[in-house]
Amino acid sequence: MQRYQGMPASSGVAIGPVWVYHPIELHIEQRRVTDSQGEWQRLERAIQQTKIQLQTLKARALESAGEKEAAIFEAHALFLEDVELLDMLRKSIHEEEINAESAVETCFEHYASMLLALDNAYFQARAQDVRDVKQQLLRMLSDQEKEMGIAPPYPAVIIAEDLTPSDTIQFRRDFILGLGTMRGGPTSHTAILARALGVPAVVSAPIHIDAIAPEAIAVVDGDKGEIIINPSEEVLAQARIARQRQQALHTIAICTAHEPAITTDGCQVEVVANVGGPEDVQQAIAMGAEGIGLFRTEFLYLDRTDMPDEEEQTLVYRQVFELMTGKPVVVRTLDIGGDKPAPYLDVKPEPNPFLGWRAIRMIDRRPDVLQRQFRALLAAAGQTNTDLRIMIPLVSSLDEFIRARELFETTRTALADEGIPLPKQVQFGMMVETPAAALLAHHFAKEADFFSIGTNDLTQYTLAVDRTNERVAHLASPYHPAVLHLIAMTIEAAHAHDCWVGLCGELAGEVLAVPLLLGFGLDEFSMAPVSIPTIKVEIRRWNRKQCQEIARAALSLPTTQAVKSFLQEIEP
Amino acid sequence: MPTITLTVNHPAGLHARPAAEFVKTAAAFPCNITVRNITDDKPAVNAKSILSVLTLGVHQGYEIEVNAEGDQAQEALQAISDLIKNNFGET
Repeated sequence: MQRYQGMPASSGVAIGPVWVYHPIELHIEQRRVTDSQGEWQRLERAIQQTKIQLQTLKARALESAGEKEAAIFEAHALFLEDVELLDMLRKSIHEEEINAESAVETCFEHYASMLLALDNAYFQARAQDVRDVKQQLLRMLSDQEKEMGIAPPYPAVIIAEDLTPSDTIQFRRDFILGLGTMRGGPTSHTAILARALGVPAVVSAPIHIDAIAPEAIAVVDGDKGEIIINPSEEVLAQARIARQRQQALHTIAICTAHEPAITTDGCQVEVVANVGGPEDVQQAIAMGAEGIGLFRTEFLYLDRTDMPDEEEQTLVYRQVFELMTGKPVVVRTLDIGGDKPAPYLDVKPEPNPFLGWRAIRMIDRRPDVLQRQFRALLAAAGQTNTDLRIMIPLVSSLDEFIRARELFETTRTALADEGIPLPKQVQFGMMVETPAAALLAHHFAKEADFFSIGTNDLTQYTLAVDRTNERVAHLASPYHPAVLHLIAMTIEAAHAHDCWVGLCGELAGEVLAVPLLLGFGLDEFSMAPVSIPTIKVEIRRWNRKQCQEIARAALSLPTTQAVKSFLQEIEP
Repeated sequence: MPTITLTVNHPAGLHARPAAEFVKTAAAFPCNITVRNITDDKPAVNAKSILSVLTLGVHQGYEIEVNAEGDQAQEALQAISDLIKNNFGET
């Protein structure tokens, strides 16, 4: 038995016979060519054929993985249309009179080495893409092997030094039980593809590929990041149990997605969905969402030169409300700023858009934007008998919220005077995503009907970490005790004033956080639709009383790591 | 020779989709267009070449200088400026 520790790249446990992938080695010999014109035409043909092959791979990726994965092959095809690269190839063949293969080798390597020299993993990873296209083109040029690399002849755990996206996607999906590679990182294309395909994968494992016997069995544990070759009976049995448990859990989660989420001691919490537009609503319903906890409305305002009018907005809101058939819908009013410029709002790029003129702060100069949105929301809710809840983003001081509420009340009165049917009851609440709002929650709770904690921004603002800066992004953990204290105090203050609290950041969709949030007393969990079934299962495992003790204990811990380790160890 | 200086605000910098959109926009014009990474002070490259643009290594917040020469040079610079200022049309 050999055990190799790598990095987890795609969740799940795979067990099966090993199939070692050896890419075809192509030996490039440099030759002088007298018929340069003929050689160039031979290369042009190979380029055309490779483009067609990339089209096929793209179609396959679209079908088995998704749009994002298919885009990889579209980007590869762009390389083959690159004017500078084509020019360099043409010159090598015509002026240096070398053969097409060595021209391809030299010119592609020129770009690959330049990309590798950059100081950023993102750009360095593109060198792998350039080499992937180079290999496909060289295979196309070689007469003996028109086909791509070979594929496993039976369902197998595929072990390789490295896998390119074009390698991964050409394997039959049902023949890939799991993937294990020596190279690549958790953000490599292969890792992304594996996740999209739902195949367990481990990367960066120091495997001795040459030492693997042909009949070996392998276990790939995509959660622990382990690859085990020829496991002992005991290890194999454990892996089987882990795999069965996962499959069973997944099945249970899907089957019970439409049942309520009630703790073992009988507390029910609401599990609802985050959506970014009408197209997400169907999926939310299918996954068992009991309502919408965050309806982002920015899509209505972006990519256009004029502000959407009341009628257009009403139509879109109606579409969403009708699908939700009377269930609660929390709508977040426009949260736009310097990171997403909108010319008609006079929103300009700013040096610090997340600290800039955005969201509710626009009420000072552009109250008409919010007013129009209120009118459209009220009209749409009145037509559809919707349990509408309006939520104001990025509130940091009480007067901002009171001003928004006053604007809402006058808008509602104006609509009533115009004889427009209105919903019987509308809740008016706010996002808690600034430390200021959390610290003053006891004041806000007197004015708001509900809070929704936006942990992504709350974390960024509390820890002074820019989430989009990859050098510090890893520091932005909502499990940081400072963030947890703010969440706990927000919920406590709200409940003292009969104000209910939801949470719509990524934390709400994390299994690890469930006992903690239950312990804090959270009323509503709002997340990406795909997480709903699993989170419901997790909520049903816990007892709220016990969770309160867990939450108290977690709040006493000093570091992010201590909190996470503690949560990983506890069991109901 | 018309030249503009722009700041790339997209989180991916000139990489992935933004790089492809940038090149696509440049390639739609007949004039010669070059782009230079001012922040890291790298020599100008052909703005119509995706590989060359990638090798500039432009991250979020970097300044670039775009230069156009020939037919429709002004229009080309306007289109590139619009693309970058609208954050590559991303939602």
